[in-house]
Amino acid sequence: MSIFRDASDYRLRLRSGCSCGAHESQAAHDAAPVSGDNQIRRVVEGAILRAMFPQDEARRNFLRTVGASTAMAAISSIFPIAAATEVFAQGAKPERTDIKVGFIPITCATPIIMAAPMGFYSKHGLNVSVDKAAGWAVIRDKTINKEYDAAHMLSPMPLAISLGIGSNPVPYTIPAIENINGQAITLAMKHKDKRDPKQWKGFKLAVPFDYSMHNYLLRYYLAENGIDPDADIQIRSVPPPEMVANLRAENIDGFLAPDPVNQRAVFDGVGFIHLLSKELWDGHPCCAFAASREFVTQTPNTYAALLRAIIEATAYASKAENRKQIAEAIAPANYLNQPVTVVEQVLTGTYADGLGGVKRMPDRVDFDPFPWESFAVWILTQMKRWGQLKGDIDYQAVAKQVFLATDATRLMKEAGLTPPTTTTKTFSIMGKPFDASKPDDYLKSFAIKRG
Amino acid sequence: MMTNNAGRSYVVTALIAFAFLLAWHIGVQTTSSGGPPLDPEYAKLMGATATTGKSPMPGPLDVGAKLAEHLSQPFYDKGPNDKGIGIQLAWSVLRVAMGYGLAVLVAIPLGFLIGMSPMMNRALDPFIQLLKPVSPLAWMPLALYTIKDSGKSAIFVIFICSIWPMLINTAFGVASVRKEWLNVARTLEVGPFRRAFTVILPAAAPTIVTGMRISIGIAWLVIVAAEMLVGGTGIGYFVWNEWNNLSITNVIIAILVIGVVGMILDQALARVGRAVTFPE
Repeated sequence: MSIFRDASDYRLRLRSGCSCGAHESQAAHDAAPVSGDNQIRRVVEGAILRAMFPQDEARRNFLRTVGASTAMAAISSIFPIAAATEVFAQGAKPERTDIKVGFIPITCATPIIMAAPMGFYSKHGLNVSVDKAAGWAVIRDKTINKEYDAAHMLSPMPLAISLGIGSNPVPYTIPAIENINGQAITLAMKHKDKRDPKQWKGFKLAVPFDYSMHNYLLRYYLAENGIDPDADIQIRSVPPPEMVANLRAENIDGFLAPDPVNQRAVFDGVGFIHLLSKELWDGHPCCAFAASREFVTQTPNTYAALLRAIIEATAYASKAENRKQIAEAIAPANYLNQPVTVVEQVLTGTYADGLGGVKRMPDRVDFDPFPWESFAVWILTQMKRWGQLKGDIDYQAVAKQVFLATDATRLMKEAGLTPPTTTTKTFSIMGKPFDASKPDDYLKSFAIKRG
Repeated sequence: MMTNNAGRSYVVTALIAFAFLLAWHIGVQTTSSGGPPLDPEYAKLMGATATTGKSPMPGPLDVGAKLAEHLSQPFYDKGPNDKGIGIQLAWSVLRVAMGYGLAVLVAIPLGFLIGMSPMMNRALDPFIQLLKPVSPLAWMPLALYTIKDSGKSAIFVIFICSIWPMLINTAFGVASVRKEWLNVARTLEVGPFRRAFTVILPAAAPTIVTGMRISIGIAWLVIVAAEMLVGGTGIGYFVWNEWNNLSITNVIIAILVIGVVGMILDQALARVGRAVTFPE
């Protein structure tokens, strides 16, 4: 391995310019690609050597005399380096290993699902059973009842649960976001000439849940186009599996839904994809990996192991070259229960749009675990905008309590990834910038809002 | 003459079934799509319904083939969310047995008490009438919230939905035991327990069993709805999972299987009913 210099190399300067000591400068360190296992082994070997020979001089002499590989071989005969490496890689031992994680069969849950068949959970010493749940309300109740230790939720849900909107207040957290982008507006075939939202008055549109990015994005999109989402059209909450059947039965005119629902509607010739959610807000969060604060604080090692597995799976899923393999792993009946080609079109971004064209959008869906606190603030502003949340709240405090950005930073570093250095960022939705430090001004700037 | 009639009814049944299957088969034949030919790359990404105009409704042959596939390996287990249809049925029957068993244990003694006291009958009647027509799905959120366990909630919902017909029928059966028989028992100075077990129970048994038969039908109806909601295992979950996949073939198979099991449960209680009937 040439990307990472051998920690036992005697020529190594202990105080080089970077934090790990292996690079010429901090810039070189940041730029260097990392590989998990090898890096961990080097770190462990280095630590053992330094512990055995606290004096720099003595260690260098020893290594110079016998050679690095012989030295390590000699040490490993008396010290179980392999075991130590494994322990280090796994972190502290999880308090319990049998874990149940709930999910809804949509591609947003990809990292949570694929971590089971592709061995990310078992790598961290966990025996995770991923259980399919019938709807968002069920997954919420089962997680609150502790039947699930953690679950796949829509990212606004933990905020709503923590604030006690639509349920009893239970402190909830989002240790990691699952996916960004990856949603779409699909309309019934009969509306293929009505591509302007201004023509949509009187439509019945569906979203998966009241507390969903889908609901907020659809409302935002309609309102920007001068349509009042409560007065001019009807928005219904319909569980994703029932959406295509309802679209076929003409109960609804369209939906802003998670995939594979959109692609499935196209696959069956029922609807066409009007636009992808990334065209509204590129990089918006959608679903999240959620756990109760109790789980996080009472079984910290289990939580850390689980989160590490999820973060690694998310990183794996974000690479385009792995997507085909993932599609095959998650399409069977045990997980999404969809034709492989539908899942593949969603994940690879080469898809049929339902109108006879083939589109290529490699970033149709992406996976990024970092729970930006500014995402939470934006969601809270929309909850207030549409009257779900009444009265004044401390946006930043709620965001910090629910979106565990600091933990994600730490664990992403341990997994050999590069986390962002801040926990907030600015972004723009349909060209309108959002500044998380001025949520009330942002809210005031909208013409169409409730209350 | 009797056997001849029965034989003829079988022939009619078979004819109706055949006519139905034939109509079904013809009804779902592919309608050729008259549209312009599709770009091959696009066609590859689309389903058969959209490209060849194949009806989304499967024909009887598709269903038959799929059914044979399910029956050839009914007990496979490919992880927590994908199990064979035999395992799913076993789960459902187990849940029904537990919920229904509990309902029997509560409804029959309680029905006896209500039936023996006209005052209690009138006092409890409003509650029974109010709770009886409540749909199983309406109980579910309440059960999940209070019991805090989805498996137990499903059993509770079966319990609460199947208890009413049994309760009402038991009370009615007990209340309408002939006065003469009770008077005879009184003349012979029979104790209350002996009167309950040797006079009232046999006299009310046919009505009680009829109530039980209605209840098992309801319990079996409820289980599908309850399992669709809580997910995990059971034939209701199977229906939901296949709906999710828009696989009408599997949904039809599930309907068939649910019907067959329901019929078996009903016939079992009908047999019990015949065993306890007496000529007057």
